[in-house]
Amino acid sequence: MNATQPTLTRGSVDDRDGARPVAPGASRRRRSPRLRTLGWALFFLLPSGVPLLLFTFVPMVSSAWVSLHEWNLISSMTWVGLDNYAHLLTDPNTREVFGHTLLYILGYFPLVYAGGLGLAVVLNRRLAARGFFRAAYFLPVVTSWVVVALVWQWLLNPSNGLVNQILGFLNLPEPGWWTDPSWAMPSVILASAWKDLGFVMVILLAGLQTIPQELYEASRIDGASAWKQFRHVTLPLLSPSTFFVVVISLINGFQVFDQVYVMTGGGPSGASQVVVGQIYELTFRYGRAGEASALSWLLFLVILAVTAVQIRGQRRWVHYA
Amino acid sequence: MVQRSSTRRAAVAAGIGALALALSACSQGSATDSSDSNSADGTTTVRYMNFSANDGHEADLDRIVEAFEAANEDVQVEVETVPFADYFTSLQTAVAGGTVADTFELNYENFVTYAENGSLAPLDEIDTGAYRESLLEAFNRDGTQYGVPTSFSNVVLFYNKTLFEQAGVEPPTNDWTWADEQAAAKALTDKDAGVWGDYQPISFNEFYKALAQAGGEFMNDDASRATFNSPEGVEAANWLVQKSGTTMPTKADGAGTPDFDSNLFAEGNLAMWHTGIWMFGAMADVPFEWDIVVEPGRATDASAMFANGAVVSASSEHPDAAQRWVDFLAASDTTTDIRLETSWELPPVADESKLAEYTEATPPANRQAVLDSLDAVALPPVIERQQEMQDVVTEELGNAAAGRKSVEDALADAEQAVNELL
Repeated sequence: MNATQPTLTRGSVDDRDGARPVAPGASRRRRSPRLRTLGWALFFLLPSGVPLLLFTFVPMVSSAWVSLHEWNLISSMTWVGLDNYAHLLTDPNTREVFGHTLLYILGYFPLVYAGGLGLAVVLNRRLAARGFFRAAYFLPVVTSWVVVALVWQWLLNPSNGLVNQILGFLNLPEPGWWTDPSWAMPSVILASAWKDLGFVMVILLAGLQTIPQELYEASRIDGASAWKQFRHVTLPLLSPSTFFVVVISLINGFQVFDQVYVMTGGGPSGASQVVVGQIYELTFRYGRAGEASALSWLLFLVILAVTAVQIRGQRRWVHYA
Repeated sequence: MVQRSSTRRAAVAAGIGALALALSACSQGSATDSSDSNSADGTTTVRYMNFSANDGHEADLDRIVEAFEAANEDVQVEVETVPFADYFTSLQTAVAGGTVADTFELNYENFVTYAENGSLAPLDEIDTGAYRESLLEAFNRDGTQYGVPTSFSNVVLFYNKTLFEQAGVEPPTNDWTWADEQAAAKALTDKDAGVWGDYQPISFNEFYKALAQAGGEFMNDDASRATFNSPEGVEAANWLVQKSGTTMPTKADGAGTPDFDSNLFAEGNLAMWHTGIWMFGAMADVPFEWDIVVEPGRATDASAMFANGAVVSASSEHPDAAQRWVDFLAASDTTTDIRLETSWELPPVADESKLAEYTEATPPANRQAVLDSLDAVALPPVIERQQEMQDVVTEELGNAAAGRKSVEDALADAEQAVNELL
């Protein structure tokens, strides 16, 4: 009864519209179900919409407001207009922290992508205990950053860490890792790539499984080598997954913080300080919340620009099968 | 049609209801401060946030609270204890968010910032006669008392008597100089056995004190210019930096990480340790003999003194109850007794005879050194941008310790950076 009724009603309305010229009431009649749908949609969006509004949009608008003031958190705010932005753009520290963040991305992304792709290709084959390996490589992804960073800090301990003990045993040079300004960022990159390997692997693995087997069969019949298959079938058809990984990794890369905070604290001597670390220090250590908010907005604009460029650029290299 | 619009109305009503629910849940956090603090039976709740009970004195603070509540039945005290490392971040955030406790602890270095920014309520019902005058003055700003001292402490040289005896090295005395300490530290360091001769953090706090010991000045008289890049400054910086890796563990060995030095000393692997008297309690039960002396000096003796105080927030809705609590917390006999009995820093009371009990307690045997250290005190330089100054000095000393810069270059760079902050 209930199931058939709407169909009947709609049929009769459509018939009437078709039979007569459009009456003024018709448009209102057509909009009201849409409004009702909107009402329901909003209702179902509440559980995620309300927190998003309160904890993302309200703070974003507030931080834009704060960025136009001088504020040490404990006194009242003083209006300074765009001074905070002007100061940041001329402050050598800004260039330095953006430089370190870029260095992080340049080191981290190739490593995590190549590693994740390798793992995905290997674990896409029929292997014994394949499920176990897939889970094992994913484990670091769901582990707390603090735990991972502390373990890596210990592994990379310059005087008694496992890595340097092995390097020493092999008569290789033993870097100072997180105690040496030129090795601090590589230490962070290494730990980050290791942790996120599993995430990239899972995305690419899912991508690999959507590639039709017929393409491999066809290319094999045409005499393509394994490398040529990888180069001309796998890589192009994996490009949508690759695109996703690039966008997400770059956004996360610009926001890198936890591992730096725990492993190096931005040191030694500021050598591994990144943008978000600087935002944190400015606000909570030095009481310069206005400047920190302005820096957050600069970071937002950079991420927005980089992502926009990627989305435009994807047309050239992303192939959807 | 009727049915349809009522469905829509129901959906909208449900939406509004859910939104209202979410909003009220959000505002609840701040609403509890005022609505719960005056409960039906007429008691007032006063919140107190502190760092100095952390790590061993939580139960002692609870005893003070119980005694206060017994004497003031209309007031309940709610304690929040935060580790020192996170304390000022939490405090700033709480002030900014309008959820700061009615009363909270401040150290002397940070008191100025909070008093200047109007975050503190003046205290006018305090019995000032009960306090040691110089300490009370530290929490006075332009004639207004914004806080009461709750405790003070200083830094002395701890030494492991057993290690000295085993190595056949003469133990330290109050008359030691840097040279004596250095010679003993070298004799006692045995890296293969994991035993280190000395431990002194390479930081702002140690530097301004070593500078005073060398006879130098950190800033000029009106605090308009840094003056620590001097021959005395170089000597003080060298004194700290040369220890690293020779008689003292390096950063790579773990120096500077939480509890590293206290564990090293407690395990019996550290012969001499520059640290505060707040460690007496934690070292009371170690399985070896230890004692203290006044820190060795160079041109003169100079010991670091730290004062903590309690303040009432300007936004507190119960300033009277809050004042009664901080006064009790600072100067009541109960607090004094508990502090002395548990070696929880020194009480700020005017009555010197009360300290007699402190010097008689053990360990360490030579507690007189704590009072002797007060004869020559080096107070930290305080400026508005305190944290930035401390960080830049610590960072440059770290550069020198790691060999990335010469001591001279590090000090010159630090002085230039500090001048920019003034």
